[in-house]
Amino acid sequence: MHPIRKQRLYLVLFIVLFSSAAAGLVMYALSGNINLFFPPAEVARGMAPVGQPIRVGGMVVENSVVRSDDSLAVAFELTDYEANVTVVYEGILPDLFGEGQGAVAAGRLDEQGVLRATEVLAKHDENYMPPEVAHALEQSGYDEKGKAQ
Amino acid sequence: MWSFFHKLGSPPWLYRIAGTIVRWLLPVTLVALCVGLVWGLLYTAPDFRQGNSYRIIYIHVPAAVVALAGYYVMAIAGAVSLIWKMKMADVAMKSCAPIGAALTFIALVTGAIWGKPTWGTWWVWDARITSMLILLFLYLGVVALYEAYDNKEAAGKACAVLTLVGTVNIPIIYKSVDWWYSLHQPASIKFTGDSTIDPSMLYPLLLMIAAFYGVFTCCLLMNMRAEILEREARTNWVKKLALEYRA
Repeated sequence: MHPIRKQRLYLVLFIVLFSSAAAGLVMYALSGNINLFFPPAEVARGMAPVGQPIRVGGMVVENSVVRSDDSLAVAFELTDYEANVTVVYEGILPDLFGEGQGAVAAGRLDEQGVLRATEVLAKHDENYMPPEVAHALEQSGYDEKGKAQ
Repeated sequence: MWSFFHKLGSPPWLYRIAGTIVRWLLPVTLVALCVGLVWGLLYTAPDFRQGNSYRIIYIHVPAAVVALAGYYVMAIAGAVSLIWKMKMADVAMKSCAPIGAALTFIALVTGAIWGKPTWGTWWVWDARITSMLILLFLYLGVVALYEAYDNKEAAGKACAVLTLVGTVNIPIIYKSVDWWYSLHQPASIKFTGDSTIDPSMLYPLLLMIAAFYGVFTCCLLMNMRAEILEREARTNWVKKLALEYRA
């Protein structure tokens, strides 16, 4: 290869490597801040600030959803199977919100460690299948991830 | 091998071969696009949890996949134009940018439309969505930077450097859902291991991804042909071509 072209090739490699390293360092410095939400385990360990707007994400615990009879108030628990966080919320929940499903709640933690949510989002997972397949899986005793129930 | 590389650098040859490829690829692409759309939107079963709203996957995922792949095409073209000073690589790089921007925009808009009924929000600043927005700005940045220079050579150089710096964003977009907690779900199509999307839904999706690659290639080649004609407007072969068309 022509020496000048070789020099330009090294320049190109340098640009790519250098910018990757720079981006890598920035992401390393920001690592915790890029996460959209805290898992309940980190909240339990006191890593989430109290009184500040934060998000907590996890699975909605089965049979934990308690709805009010005369208002839109709802309380439920989020878990990452290590710790639980109680969430209270008043408003309309997304269609895909449900027990045993992922959800992300935004709000502030109070002193008791309860998240007073101002917004609840449903988190969809990567499993896509027709209802018959889901039904068949249920019949055979496996969940959608192929794990025995 | 090298003679092919040298031929690629010849504007009339590239103009002609690009025309031939488009003539064959475009009908195939359009058929694949129609079949994929009808198959995906009408003939697949609804999802067990999302119902029919999941069908936007047949537009969203192909647009996003090709937007990422297209960036590498642009970056490689940029690197070739920097190293070998090949004008046709510069043409390819410049022609990629608006198509990539359009695909990224489609991915973002369809994602927002899907997000509202599924997540309960149009937009959330999670790692995947934010890095995808940065990709849109990178594509638009290349378009804008190219137009900001009067001198084509300086414009090409500046844009090539910008595209190379931007390549770092592509693996970040791809891995963002695994590296950080995000609202966006991880990939359903997996290169290793079983995909977590039912085969009956996967096949039309793969067809749509192939069709979007075809759309990208056709748009790119047609863009390049137009750009070549514009740059070579004063040469004899273009003048001859214009006369042939008039006759």
